Amino acid sequence: MIDPVSVFLMLLSAATPLLFAALGELIVERSGVLNLGVEGMMITGALAGFAAADATGNPLIGFAVAAIAGCAISMIFGVLTQFLLANQVATGLALALFGLGLTALFGKPYEGVKAPSMALGPLRIHWIVWLGLAMVPLIWWFLQRSRAGLILRGIGENHHAAHALGHKVHLYRLAAIGFGGAMAGIGGAYISIATVLQWTEGMTAGAGWIALALVVFSGWRAFGVLAGAWLFGGVTVLQLRLQAAGIAVPVQLLAMAPYLATIIALVVISARRKGSAAPGSLGKIFHATS
Amino acid sequence: MWRLEPRSDAPLIWQFATPVLAVLATMLTGAVLFGLMGYDPFGAIRTIFWDPLFGASAGYSRPQLLVKAGPLILIACGLAVGFRAGIWNIGAEGQFIIGGITGAAVGLAAYPAEGWWIFPAMIVAGAAGGWAWGMIPALLRNWFGASEILVSLMLVYVAEKIAAWMAFGPMRNPEGFGMPGSRNLTQYPSAANPELIAGTGIHWGTIAALIAVVAVWVLISRHLRGLQIRAAGEAPRAARFGGVKPSALVAFCLGLSGALAGLAGLFEAAGPAGQITDGFGVGYGFTAIIVAFLGRLHPVGIVLGGLLMALTYIGGDIAQMMMQLPSATVQVFQGMMLFYLLGFDLLTRYRIRRRPA
Amino acid sequence: MLRRNFLATSTALLTALTALPAIAQDEPLKVGFIYVGPVGDGGWTYQHDLGRQALEEEFGDRIETTYIESVPEGADAERAITQLALAGNDIIFTTSFGFMDATIAVAEKFPDIKFEHATGYKRAENVATYDARFYEGRAVMGTIAGHMTESNRIGYIGSFPIPEVIQGINSSFIHARKVNPEVEMRIVWAYSWFDPAKEADAAAALIAEGVDVILQHTDSTAPLAKAQEAGAIGFGQASDMAAFKPSPRVSSIIDNWAPYYIERVQAVLDGTWESEGTWAGIAGGEVEIGEITDAVPAEVRDAALAVKDSIASGEYHPFTGPLNKADGTEWLAEGQTATDEELSQLNFYVEGITAEIPQ
Repeated sequence: MIDPVSVFLMLLSAATPLLFAALGELIVERSGVLNLGVEGMMITGALAGFAAADATGNPLIGFAVAAIAGCAISMIFGVLTQFLLANQVATGLALALFGLGLTALFGKPYEGVKAPSMALGPLRIHWIVWLGLAMVPLIWWFLQRSRAGLILRGIGENHHAAHALGHKVHLYRLAAIGFGGAMAGIGGAYISIATVLQWTEGMTAGAGWIALALVVFSGWRAFGVLAGAWLFGGVTVLQLRLQAAGIAVPVQLLAMAPYLATIIALVVISARRKGSAAPGSLGKIFHATS
Repeated sequence: MWRLEPRSDAPLIWQFATPVLAVLATMLTGAVLFGLMGYDPFGAIRTIFWDPLFGASAGYSRPQLLVKAGPLILIACGLAVGFRAGIWNIGAEGQFIIGGITGAAVGLAAYPAEGWWIFPAMIVAGAAGGWAWGMIPALLRNWFGASEILVSLMLVYVAEKIAAWMAFGPMRNPEGFGMPGSRNLTQYPSAANPELIAGTGIHWGTIAALIAVVAVWVLISRHLRGLQIRAAGEAPRAARFGGVKPSALVAFCLGLSGALAGLAGLFEAAGPAGQITDGFGVGYGFTAIIVAFLGRLHPVGIVLGGLLMALTYIGGDIAQMMMQLPSATVQVFQGMMLFYLLGFDLLTRYRIRRRPA
Repeated sequence: MLRRNFLATSTALLTALTALPAIAQDEPLKVGFIYVGPVGDGGWTYQHDLGRQALEEEFGDRIETTYIESVPEGADAERAITQLALAGNDIIFTTSFGFMDATIAVAEKFPDIKFEHATGYKRAENVATYDARFYEGRAVMGTIAGHMTESNRIGYIGSFPIPEVIQGINSSFIHARKVNPEVEMRIVWAYSWFDPAKEADAAAALIAEGVDVILQHTDSTAPLAKAQEAGAIGFGQASDMAAFKPSPRVSSIIDNWAPYYIERVQAVLDGTWESEGTWAGIAGGEVEIGEITDAVPAEVRDAALAVKDSIASGEYHPFTGPLNKADGTEWLAEGQTATDEELSQLNFYVEGITAEIPQ
């Protein structure tokens, strides 16, 4: 009755903003940093990307600028938490607030403007969607196979040990935070440039918070993030498809399901690992005593 | 080169100076920002920070500070206890919503009966609802080691969906012309949380907040549990050897902050908000985290932090009316204030020393 | 300290209250607005703010307008409305359903200020209500949709299952069916007035079900962007959404509050303001039909405009019998029209719509 192929194709695009933001946050959290400000970075990317796409007429430049802008605003968080040793939870919340507010102020001139249309890639899907999918094995390879990834994970598990081995904890983390910002920026720009084609304040509408949930759901693994993005995107897509097919669905209860699934996944992974499933140093401040 | 050296105890002067510095720096940056946007910088700062206190309609806005700050202070007090022990409940927003729903549920179930017991029963239900919602991350952490930060955050979204479901389903006002939202509890005297003294903005929630401030102060400075909390936060390993049971502490802190957030939700639902709607959670739970930090996790500081936060909200409204400043200004201000505070905080916790070459 | 504060407060409030009626005639009339969203939302609040700007243009120096945007419904609303009242506004428009109880509460404290609450049902001596008959505009959209669909499936993205939206769904469907008996309607609820990502997904879901004309009751342009990608068409909602002309946006249903605001402020200036419930539509100008573009064949445009004109002239009511409810029971007999009271509590679909309203 409902064609699974078309559901899957819808899912691919619906999951894209989440996938980018969550893959970025995955790297951040793997380095032992919890950045709750994803929403702020996404909306910054959404505005900056839109402005650039509008100015140049080229959506791809828009995505590049979105990545730079997301990275730039993430540096507020990076400097505060890495060099000024501020609490990550509070700084992340402040970043979310600040990003939403700042973009609302600076976005005024772009209200009602339409972004240039984007060429579609294979299967009538945006190239950016394919890029997001390609990032999954890349990040998996980086974390599991590359030397830098190994060091990054080591820092995330135990920053004191990594420091003792001579690794520059703060610099690795700063780089991770910047990468996370860039990815969140691209995810946000996907919403403004590819999905809506217009700028409106607050348009990310909570996607950044879902991305945080997704990283937890993934058990901090790249392919887990993909599975999570498809689950979260999938529940939305499926309930909308069921509605469109004329089948009554309990919308609110269904909307809760991915979050409950995330909690269950977290519990299962935690229980299996006999202790916290999260990277060992997640959210903890690192200060080298020697 | 410079290096940072941790201080063994934070000097009092920096403890007081950093929040003041943060506010001043925010005003300064804000003024520059307003100047760039073409507004009168000094006028804008005065409107936001001065007018709510001493401006033309200060007689109204001053009590409103209490209305707005009350729930923030109540929630932040509970959070601060956990934060001191290194237990991160960032799901107070969810506990606030659930407390509001369970509390309102008692009132709505009793409707239209009249009785002195209804409001107290709602208070108990609200606190219990928040407590139970807070105990979920506590138990999952104690049993399985699941991070309370992440579980409590997930439960915020679940609570938001439950609020929407309630507003459209079980709690929908049968006389509401098919519109979402429960009955208005302020129009049902037995269940209402009214302004106690006209014109002051003080309702039961304000009183509960004051009690919470004193109780938390006593708890952390005098009580054995408070000692354990501080020990667990500052030196977790030592605390464990000293006989502090971590799981009991987790349950205590999350339960306490959950119950206080639930109370705040109930007082809000029965008073200023008046009803459960799909948008019942307006962010008090998240803002309270900022308040807890602005107040440096101390009850007295939290009172000041809560009032300051309330000031920016109300000042923001006035600045919109008087100067057509966009509402987003307030978010930028709050974000900046917290950035500065967290940055300057370095000075309280560390000494900056020149590294010998 | 508490006590001193209390005394200071009560006297200040007292002076504020007593000072209100003493507004000199030569001072400009002050008009306040409370918005639920930001003025830049491009939809509901944006349109109310255009209405405010139209007031300034119309009356110039004779009035002064202020607004507070992004006011959450609930406690904050009551404070924001009171602050507008204390700032000396003579008439205050509260522009969201969720401000209803707050408006009534503030109005009790300020009997000399006039309040106007949008889309609510509670009135008082000094509280009037106003709303627009959006379903009239939907009848025109439905007519276009019925003609334009090739798959004979049209889709409707609903925000929340409330009477206003259900009126819109029924009206669109009735008029699409009238010109195309084969037409079917698919309905998706987004449970949000504004959530671009979800609206885009909702549009994609409808398109995947074979829908080629999308009507939306949510405020973002995301459904139009999706429609463009898929070669479907849609309509502007709340604002004109002119950036998507000539296709996929083939026409639009615009909330135009300017005529009402001008009329009511004029009434205050003339001293003839009275509390009443206004529910105006195409005739009053509140519901405006945006330009029907060349993507629509001329005969379809003529048919749509004919429906519009007959509604505007009052000779035709979009809910005219014979109409049955979805469960097959009779709602309106031949020639009978729905009463406003029935419409304001509408909670069922008409016959032919196979979906169920979520409860």
